[in-house]
Amino acid sequence: MDSQRKKVLVQVLNLVTSPKDRSSVSLVCKDWYDVERHSRRHVFIGNCYSVSPEIVTLRFPNIRSVTLKGRPRFSDFNLVPPNWGGDVRPWLEVFAAEYPQLEELRLKRMTVSDESLEFLAASFAGFKALSLLSCDGFSTDGLEAIATDCKNLTELDIQENDIDDKSGDWLSCFPETFTSMEILNFSCLNSDVDFDALESLVSRCKSLKVLKVNKTVTLDQLRSLLTHAPQLLELGTGSFWQELTPSQHSELERVFSNCKNLYAVSGLWQATALYLPVLYPVCTNLTFLNLSYAATLQSWDLAKLVPYCPHLRRLWVLDTVEDQGLEAVGSNCPLLEELRVFPSSPDGDDIVDGVTGSGFVAVSNGCPRLRYVLYFCWQMTNAAVATVAQNCPDITHFRLCIMTPAKPDHLTGEPMDEAFGAVVKTCTKLERLSVSGLLTDLTFEYIGKYAKNLEYLSVAFAGDSDQGMQYVMNGCPKLKKLEIRDCPFGDAALLSGLEKYESMRSLWMSACLVTMNACRSLASKVPRLNVEVMKDDEIGDDSQADKVYVYRSIAGPRKDAPAFVLTF
Amino acid sequence: MSLENKQQQPPAGLNYDETKLTLGLPGSGSKRGFSETVDISFGSSSSSSSGAGVECCGQYSVVDGGDKTHKAPAAKAQLVGWPPVRVSRKNLMKSCKYVKVAVDGAPYLRKVDLEMYNSYQQLLGALEDMFSFLTIRNYLNESKLMDPANGVEYVPTYEDRDDDWMLVGDVPWKMFVETCKRLRLMKSSEAIGLAPRTPPQCTSTH
Repeated sequence: MDSQRKKVLVQVLNLVTSPKDRSSVSLVCKDWYDVERHSRRHVFIGNCYSVSPEIVTLRFPNIRSVTLKGRPRFSDFNLVPPNWGGDVRPWLEVFAAEYPQLEELRLKRMTVSDESLEFLAASFAGFKALSLLSCDGFSTDGLEAIATDCKNLTELDIQENDIDDKSGDWLSCFPETFTSMEILNFSCLNSDVDFDALESLVSRCKSLKVLKVNKTVTLDQLRSLLTHAPQLLELGTGSFWQELTPSQHSELERVFSNCKNLYAVSGLWQATALYLPVLYPVCTNLTFLNLSYAATLQSWDLAKLVPYCPHLRRLWVLDTVEDQGLEAVGSNCPLLEELRVFPSSPDGDDIVDGVTGSGFVAVSNGCPRLRYVLYFCWQMTNAAVATVAQNCPDITHFRLCIMTPAKPDHLTGEPMDEAFGAVVKTCTKLERLSVSGLLTDLTFEYIGKYAKNLEYLSVAFAGDSDQGMQYVMNGCPKLKKLEIRDCPFGDAALLSGLEKYESMRSLWMSACLVTMNACRSLASKVPRLNVEVMKDDEIGDDSQADKVYVYRSIAGPRKDAPAFVLTF
Repeated sequence: MSLENKQQQPPAGLNYDETKLTLGLPGSGSKRGFSETVDISFGSSSSSSSGAGVECCGQYSVVDGGDKTHKAPAAKAQLVGWPPVRVSRKNLMKSCKYVKVAVDGAPYLRKVDLEMYNSYQQLLGALEDMFSFLTIRNYLNESKLMDPANGVEYVPTYEDRDDDWMLVGDVPWKMFVETCKRLRLMKSSEAIGLAPRTPPQCTSTH
């Protein structure tokens, strides 16, 4: 290609950012492949074992930003033993050599040690953004290294990690000269931070756009922080309850009314009807409200709040808001696109009514633009789900968790097959589906037949026979991730996906009926798959494969597998 | 993988059901079908007669719930990793101390987070806010909750870890927070069976 055309192509490619599009570009011809790989700045690696850091850096020499995901998702629910893998250190070492100009690192379900964080801080002079979601292996000591040494940091986003929270001292490690922070999220940490240090940091970082503090920060302290940062776009509060004097209370209201750009609010621990009204001035502009930690918030509290939030697009709540709370949402938030209802008592320690089909229908009646639904409940009916699907045909993510395993329709006692049948038939853009309740193979027949855009399917305690899984493997052309637990799917089911697994990111099957022999057979027939079995010592039968994890890889079997992982 | 079994005795003294105020019809809506969790066997459903019908050797242990009229959570089936809620979310929720508050004659339950308060007085104040028909009246150096409309007096009681119902205010505040499982504002006239109170009363702090 002549240099003129190359220049044009580079200019055009600078505007192409989605990994899928860039991937398509790279397949056009060798020249385009070459231009693309040199001009790519961000790489997304959905499974850290599908490729090696050497292969990545060889192909893409100029990367500034990396997203890397490790463990299978079911590790979030304790289904993967510790020390399974996903250590970021080997990646960092290669990046330090090949990408000294690395600026951003976003990790999900990876193991990150304090030493790795120290290494990161020392290796990349221009490092800007670190995001750790659902990771483990580090402590707040590692955060100290980041705060001390990353002079150009703009983003530190620590979410839902399993870390050793020793103290809040790390926050005090940002030097006085440090002013570049734009996104700071430490909401999931428990230790107190030095409030003076936090206040000083917030005051001097004039570009701060996102601030999410932890629950040790009090309401009055929040008031003070907001006076320094009225420009915030997203706020995660600390504890939203404190005995305030009337003047402190009105000062808090005033400070919130000054936050004219705020569109997202979260945190809100212990929020009650007493202080929620201070949010009213910002509610008109709110598009995202996360009340999923406000455990004392009940239906009437929510009903009082949502009339002030007509532009809400995303709402996260706990099931303590009950059906009445959801009715209020349906009546007041016509633009709602995403609803997540989390369980307040997932282990069933309390007797909780929670939400039911009635609340679900009420929201769908008022919110036809719903696209993303996550709904935890103790009971559901086929009719309710079918109505929701009819009301909201644009749903792309439908995750329904009826918390009692294999529970039938609450009214009719029938399986929940027709519920999910309605979803896949009506919501033709469906990309992600999580099923629950009592389900026969019929559910999977529906999925295979209708869910032509489905990419991600999650199944638990469902199905009758191998045929169920076969329907899915034969029918869903765009399937990328399949995770199954406690289903009667065996070898025939596993092997029915022989032709499909290379086009998928991964398959997880645990507590099913798969044998070791079938795993060996799969591995030998499809060499570019890694077929891994995790042995659970408590279950005696050596011929059964307790936990199976299958994924495509161009890096071969992994070399860091612990003893309990057998790689075929 | 560790599998937990939990057992809880029905409370001695008061009938658990009396404090269980819900919005549902009596006897309706088994909140969690423990009977269902006990009886899981895959492949069996009313409409299918599949050959598989196998019970998977899954990661769960099932403990017979015993009394299926579901008076109290007598035993639990504890499933590993179910429901699929991130451990970090569960932990963040657990580090508060939420207890239910029932008031005799009020048709709804409220929840309070005891960690939010430092003294009995503060707790009483919060209860007064929550149940708008109640006000605090101070007699001598005792604070009581009452409904001024009909003069009915309420005595705050709580169920402790040993499932005993006690009068609120007898133990130091911190100990109370640790041992209290649920609160009930009982009409004074019905509180006769409880252990008589020694002074210090609700005005005591910490």
